[in-house]
Amino acid sequence: METLYLVFIDPFVQMVTAPDFFLQVLWEGFVSGVLYALIALGFVLIFKASGVLNFAQGIMVVFAALSLVGLTALGVPALISFVICIGIMFVLAVGVERMVLRPLVNQPDIILFMATIGLTYFLIGLGELIFGGEPKTMVTEQLLLPTGSTAFDILGGFLILQHIDIAAAVIAIIMVAALGFFFSKTRIGRALRAVADDHQAALSVGISLNQIWVIVWFAAGIVALVTGVMWGARSDVSFALQIVAFKALPVIILGGLTSIPGAIVGGLVIGIGEKIGEIYWGPLVGGGIEGWLAYIIALAFLLVRPQGLFGERIIERI
Amino acid sequence: MLYREAGQYKTSYAADMAVFPIRQDRIGIAVMLAVAFVAIPLVASPFFLASIMIPFLIFTLATIGLNILTGYCGQLSLGTGAFMGVGAYACYKLTSIFPETNILVWILASGIFSAAIGVVFGLPSLRIKGFYLAVATLAAQFFLEWAFIRIPWLYNYNASGAIEVSTRTAFGVVLTGPTAGTVERYFAVLAIVVLMTWVASNLLRGWVGRSFMMIRDMDIAAELIGVRPLRTKLLAFAVSSFYCGVAGAMMVFFWLGAAEPSAFSINLSFQILFMVILGGLGSLIGSYMGAAFIWILPVLIRMVPEALGLPIEAATVEHINFVIIGALIIFILIVEPHGLARMWQIIKQKLRVWPFPY
Repeated sequence: METLYLVFIDPFVQMVTAPDFFLQVLWEGFVSGVLYALIALGFVLIFKASGVLNFAQGIMVVFAALSLVGLTALGVPALISFVICIGIMFVLAVGVERMVLRPLVNQPDIILFMATIGLTYFLIGLGELIFGGEPKTMVTEQLLLPTGSTAFDILGGFLILQHIDIAAAVIAIIMVAALGFFFSKTRIGRALRAVADDHQAALSVGISLNQIWVIVWFAAGIVALVTGVMWGARSDVSFALQIVAFKALPVIILGGLTSIPGAIVGGLVIGIGEKIGEIYWGPLVGGGIEGWLAYIIALAFLLVRPQGLFGERIIERI
Repeated sequence: MLYREAGQYKTSYAADMAVFPIRQDRIGIAVMLAVAFVAIPLVASPFFLASIMIPFLIFTLATIGLNILTGYCGQLSLGTGAFMGVGAYACYKLTSIFPETNILVWILASGIFSAAIGVVFGLPSLRIKGFYLAVATLAAQFFLEWAFIRIPWLYNYNASGAIEVSTRTAFGVVLTGPTAGTVERYFAVLAIVVLMTWVASNLLRGWVGRSFMMIRDMDIAAELIGVRPLRTKLLAFAVSSFYCGVAGAMMVFFWLGAAEPSAFSINLSFQILFMVILGGLGSLIGSYMGAAFIWILPVLIRMVPEALGLPIEAATVEHINFVIIGALIIFILIVEPHGLARMWQIIKQKLRVWPFPY
């Protein structure tokens, strides 16, 4: 009885009696959800255009943030190193297309997936070799990002919003809108959708697959850079950020591998869900459930709907 | 002339179906076993045994485990490290409850617990496959890692949160704990790995292995000819986790002597996965090669520049190792998706037709 009360009633009582704290938890969840959604967006972009589940997306986030901080530490002004980092992401995209994707074309998906795990290791090693493994502070102010926080009086308590979190949410919305525009209105965007739909048909009307791959990897690289900056501003820049990548996997599973809205909704569900779970139910089992709650949510969901929220149903024929 | 079956006539079906139909192969295996059981313990230093041979053999067993699941049954798993952890913790609990029992019994029995957990996390494999399943096994990885930290019963409420191996015996010989001799531990590990490789090779040649391969190659077609997918996949998860569990138990008891939960982190899973890919998906001999390669590479990176008079820092070695392994994985996947095992096969074929290339 006691346990049932603690599991099913007590958390809700806590929520109602301290609504300001509940709002704070919701906000925290929302912000991390937005950042998960950003990484998931990188995954979805690449998966849509090439059918590769890019395991290295998370390490690309770390690598981008690390290059930015590393370049700034060398004395390059932050905004200029941001531009250089965009260049690095482009070089990376071209490199991946040349060295990994082109030779592996037509291989089973799972082989490509494993190749991106190899890429992950390669980038971890390279990043540590060049910039060192110790955590670094993100150059938030030099990038003209706001710091500090505002407190609101609300519901008999107060709600603290970090300015950087608000900026993260705004930038994420702008990114998604820009990507949406890019996909639906531009020439390249149409080509991307054509490739996503049918590789061979796209080839036959003169769309260069190799070019498209470079473009999507570059776009995913920029998304990674932005995510790295925002996430690095909330905590330090270190290889522990990889954990963020492992969070994005359940997000895309939940949202469906091919859907941009799915990535966003999935990110928010996972972000808010795991914060609420951690705060209200976590103490019952000793805390720290954030690490796997996202996976269990995604797994439970998969059993009901194997293609995810917005994913396409895969019909198999023999 | 070196390697030829000419003149070796088979007079029964059994001879025709043998694992090693060519006499030279049988001699080769006998020589290798003799080297492993006699020559190495006689010649090698305790350091070589303890820090190269024992971990290599243990990783081989884990690699065979993952290879059964990923290489033979086609279900990608990223939770190997956690399943090894289950074996280690199960063995730890068993031997602290029943300290008098032969430790080898508990090493093998801990695989059963790992198999049970593996089946539970394999359940989603009926509905989901490919990437989705890989993510589902990540759930196992993170959940179990969390459980190793948060359930104090598992580590007997130790203040350190780690499991420490005390002295245990088998047949009157001290095998685990600080006083155990290196050679004894080596023999125990070698015996278990050889035995379990032999079991695996027979299992995979029979109906079990064939049904795994059918599921891997085309699951719907396999279902049509009477392979029950759920049963087969769960069996693959069970067998694979059993091997991984035994490997995990051996890792803690015969090699490390103590382990924290972080020893079974996702990095261990990736390491084993790389051994499988490099060695060759769906090959037992490849599991040995992959494990040897990945385990010995960092040692080489450390030793070779030192011998040349260019000492490298330990951290740098690790970074270089990451870069090389990452690049190597991509390279192997591009040039030889079947790994070292396929290269070995090609060499054997060349030797067979030598000196006439056709």
